[in-house]
Amino acid sequence: MMIKGRAWNYGDDVNTDFILPGIYLELTDPEEMGRHAMEGIDPEFSKKVQPGDVIVGGRNFGLGSSREHAPIALKHSGIAAVIAEGYARIYYRNATNLGLPALECPNASKEIKTGDTVEVALDKGTIIVNGTKTLSFVPVPEFMMEILAAGGLREYIKNNKARW
Amino acid sequence: MSTVSEKILAAHSGHDEVHPGEVVKAEIDFAFMPALTAALSFYAMYDMGIKKVWDSDKVTILLDHIAPATNITNSSLHKECREIAKEQGLRHFYDINSGVCHQVIPEKGHVYPGMLMVGADSHTCTHGAFGAFATGIGSTDMGAAMGTGKLWFKVPETIRVNAEGRLPPRVMSKDIILKTAKELGADGATYCSLEFTGSTVREMIVGARMTLCNMAIELGGKTGVVEPDDKTFRFLEGRVKYDYTPVYSDPDAVYRKTLEIDGAALEPQVACPHAVDNVKPVTDVAGKAVNQVFIGSCTNGRLEDMQVAAEIMRGKRVHPDVRVIATPASFEVYDAANSRGIIKTLMDAGAVVCNPSCSVCFGGNHGILAPGEVGLSTSNRNFRGRQGSTESQVYLCSPATAAASALTGIITDPREA
Repeated sequence: MMIKGRAWNYGDDVNTDFILPGIYLELTDPEEMGRHAMEGIDPEFSKKVQPGDVIVGGRNFGLGSSREHAPIALKHSGIAAVIAEGYARIYYRNATNLGLPALECPNASKEIKTGDTVEVALDKGTIIVNGTKTLSFVPVPEFMMEILAAGGLREYIKNNKARW
Repeated sequence: MSTVSEKILAAHSGHDEVHPGEVVKAEIDFAFMPALTAALSFYAMYDMGIKKVWDSDKVTILLDHIAPATNITNSSLHKECREIAKEQGLRHFYDINSGVCHQVIPEKGHVYPGMLMVGADSHTCTHGAFGAFATGIGSTDMGAAMGTGKLWFKVPETIRVNAEGRLPPRVMSKDIILKTAKELGADGATYCSLEFTGSTVREMIVGARMTLCNMAIELGGKTGVVEPDDKTFRFLEGRVKYDYTPVYSDPDAVYRKTLEIDGAALEPQVACPHAVDNVKPVTDVAGKAVNQVFIGSCTNGRLEDMQVAAEIMRGKRVHPDVRVIATPASFEVYDAANSRGIIKTLMDAGAVVCNPSCSVCFGGNHGILAPGEVGLSTSNRNFRGRQGSTESQVYLCSPATAAASALTGIITDPREA
């Protein structure tokens, strides 16, 4: 699985209210959530993002609420992966369950700048920045990789009822 | 040599013992959803090819974050939740005349020591105050949990927070957890269980222990835990219909670390914008002007919280430049506060008393802050924009500090009120 796009770096402590503010929790349509992605920190984000782009963060990405609206909004805004130095645990699970990779990469927010082009090879565990610099991310645990490969937990359970 | 959390996960996954880092598939005892995450959770379950919840007595929906509905979008969501509850034959359903999920769930007897509970709300960790393992999950995990009765968990390490000594007057359990946030940091307990021990915790009523466990998530915690005791059992008596076996940590249980807190020397604490770990003693922040004071939420909307606010505000008036919103966390709290004259005291002082809901806490219901405004709140999060405009500010504090500040219009040390 290959991801290629531009990076949007928002630094440390990108919380779930930044990713999707509380006022939008009443929404149930993923496309509409996508139109408000990152509105709490960058109101113009949904106009700028292109399919395949990635979000870059520092420490504790996704802290706060259990709202799955947050990774749903990112996914439906076109974001293909998040690359951060660390994650809050509920966000990490929610994103993986949706099939949206949450990759853990030391120094990501220092090594990757907004506007850089990144190529992520999920199977190789590498991130190539601007075609020159290669970073590696912490291997995704096998069980989580199976969920990602299935396209998310819904598909995983649908296809693996006996094993669940 | 196991902690409460390890023992509960072991007992629910068919193991004699489990260790931090292991992944286990565990049987769930109860699952609940606020309206805002319920519909998404059911869509997830249906997408998994599952039509019905695994046990209609062990799954519930609560309409709490926005109550009553404020627009057509959320009234349609409430309607959808009511229809889902009927279609699914859920034996328990809590409409807008109930309150905040984390207050209603224990009051209605759904929590007991030794159980494994999941909720589609991050503050589900609150229920660890009853000696349960309770953790917040997203909608897809909830779809799996309520559809199959099972979910996978990584066994967390446990961090102990040990508080000793009698809290000084008008210093509350909220001040302990804010101090803990300062010491450990907003990611200091990521994927850990936080176990609260010591004489200060044993002296607390269960409501005050709920405040401690409630904010475990603000430090990244998977859950908060307090070992059960007679106070727990007395609260649960007449509410819980299940037989249960309390679980306690072994004396030689392994903790990642222990944070010691001197309860007797603790001052009131305030978390300053825009991070829960940006905590200072109230004396360092005193004098900061505020526009709105909120007393409520799953952190501090209980009877004892309303009581302390009423004691401080009795016979006085809120500052003319401040609006005060007091929201009891549940109808049981509302009713008790009303019977005891607490509601009248707050109203006489000039507070707006709202019906039970999540109220001001999450910025999606009412009490929204305008650009440039400052809110002082007894809730649990002060992210930029949390309670309204991204140009507003939120300070977090105890109900005592909130009430004292309501009278002066500036952040005020409650020990002087």
